[in-house]
Amino acid sequence: MVNLTTRLGALTLRNPIMPASGTFSEELGDVFDLDLIGAHVTKTITAGIRGGNPTPRVCEVRGSMLNSIGIPCKGVAYFLDNVLPFYARFDAPLVVSISADTADDFARLCEQVAVKGVAAIEANISCPNIEADGKAFAIRPSTTRDVMIKLRQTTDLPIWAKLTPNTGETPEVAQAAEDAGADALVVANTALAMAIDIRTRKPKLGNLMGGLSGPALKPIALRMAYQCAKAVRIPVIGCGGIDSAEDVIEYLIAGASAVQVGTATFIDPLAMLRIIDDLVLWCDGEGIADISDLVGSVRDGEAADSVVFMEAAP
Amino acid sequence: MSVDSKYSPNVHEADCLVLSNETLSGDYRLMILRAPVRILDCAPGQFFHLLCPSHGPNQPYLRRPMSIYGYDMAREELQFLYKVTGEGTRGLASLLPGQSLNVLGPLGRGFTIRDDWQNLLLVARGVGLATLAPLAQEARRLGRNLTAICSARAPEYLMSVDHFTGLGARVITVTDTEGTSGIDNMRRIIEGEIAGQGVDAMYTCGSNRLLTLLQAVQGEHAIPGEIALEQQMACGLGMCQCCVRSFRREGRIIHERVCREGPVFDIAEAMAW
Repeated sequence: MVNLTTRLGALTLRNPIMPASGTFSEELGDVFDLDLIGAHVTKTITAGIRGGNPTPRVCEVRGSMLNSIGIPCKGVAYFLDNVLPFYARFDAPLVVSISADTADDFARLCEQVAVKGVAAIEANISCPNIEADGKAFAIRPSTTRDVMIKLRQTTDLPIWAKLTPNTGETPEVAQAAEDAGADALVVANTALAMAIDIRTRKPKLGNLMGGLSGPALKPIALRMAYQCAKAVRIPVIGCGGIDSAEDVIEYLIAGASAVQVGTATFIDPLAMLRIIDDLVLWCDGEGIADISDLVGSVRDGEAADSVVFMEAAP
Repeated sequence: MSVDSKYSPNVHEADCLVLSNETLSGDYRLMILRAPVRILDCAPGQFFHLLCPSHGPNQPYLRRPMSIYGYDMAREELQFLYKVTGEGTRGLASLLPGQSLNVLGPLGRGFTIRDDWQNLLLVARGVGLATLAPLAQEARRLGRNLTAICSARAPEYLMSVDHFTGLGARVITVTDTEGTSGIDNMRRIIEGEIAGQGVDAMYTCGSNRLLTLLQAVQGEHAIPGEIALEQQMACGLGMCQCCVRSFRREGRIIHERVCREGPVFDIAEAMAW
């Protein structure tokens, strides 16, 4: 059977499948044994109590969804006292996602959550719902560098930077995060999007705009994962629209070392287990001994023919 | 993958066989599923999250929460009474006997029937009656008296009356066409029940108007009550925080998840919308 063991810097995962922040919590333990997945990633924690955005917080678009949850959070003290102890029973490493409005607040929060039982920090520098007009640190290389440098000074734990599709500078932002000491990149968060009810002429989300996730996001996030893997030496964790083992394999070939599954879990709460099972079947069928053999195996040097074809097309 | 034998889920995903899916009246449909026993350990007021099938241009993406109309472990049956209103329910309506429907559940926190609540009063309108039907089933099992005030646009839309009567409930019907469903008349009926055999607890579902009415009744009489509420959902399990609503508690306004802390809430804490 294929070896699924996945190394992300100092961390070792039993398999490359983990949940995306915001689509996972203790409650999924009602459905399956949470030790069967590679890691646990919390919903984003903020220092203080946040109420989140007005409802409706979710709407459907064809084959995908928009959300504007707005990071409701009971605060870091509640997290440390009531949420963290739940995860102590599992072997799977716990990754804590954090967010703040300024680089200094980000660093203070990072210091508070870098405690026993936490294996890594995921810096959510890319949430489109937390600031006005969907702005986020990871839109620019300079703001990415500023916040990651401050985070790096607070802890020796691995720090993952979660990037955003809402930028025209993907490789530059990726390099800025790496230069500032990030241990891995999570690529990517949701894409800023909108939907309007044509009957009422009202935006379908209470917060007007929100993040697109699901299969419609996959080609964009896959392109970003590819660009990032080319631009940096630290591991890339693919995230965006993954719903099947084939999607995972595509991300690994593009250069991701592991993946996060998000929206698919809302439709099929057992999606991550199904994907792991199918991944084993596929690799065994293809005679792949180690999942890491797939990573970055994209034959992009041979793509010239199709580029010519595209240009030749009317 | 080897599944840890010590682990046992309390929320289940299952493919259920459609036994029937028939029109009751207008846009109302009753679906009866053959369901595995492991998913039928339900409480009144709980719901299932349904993977509604695509049908032509209808392509629902997320699951749809649906309150349970009936569950029967001995017969291995699960029932949903629904109104066809959008992409999800149009998909449900397209299902034929012999086809299957994927369900996730049972989910949420159901209605409370405390040991000292003997006389139960249920007030609901339209498809909201479906959510309260399992309460009648449970009241009969526990040997409680149940009075159901069923409201509808017109007598032909009072589709659950026989169901409630069959479960031993006393049914009072009010309709718009007969001019009996107005708030003032319903208030008179409720006050009559309180003055008569007495009411230990009140239950309702969905409607802003009925919530306001029962809160007004609570202003005069210290009668506890519960309301089943709706909100758009994504995961149904409590992970995504999509389905929050506001409640008054201890002088503050708080947010709770309809899928997890609900869908049943204290009438006194619920806020009109």
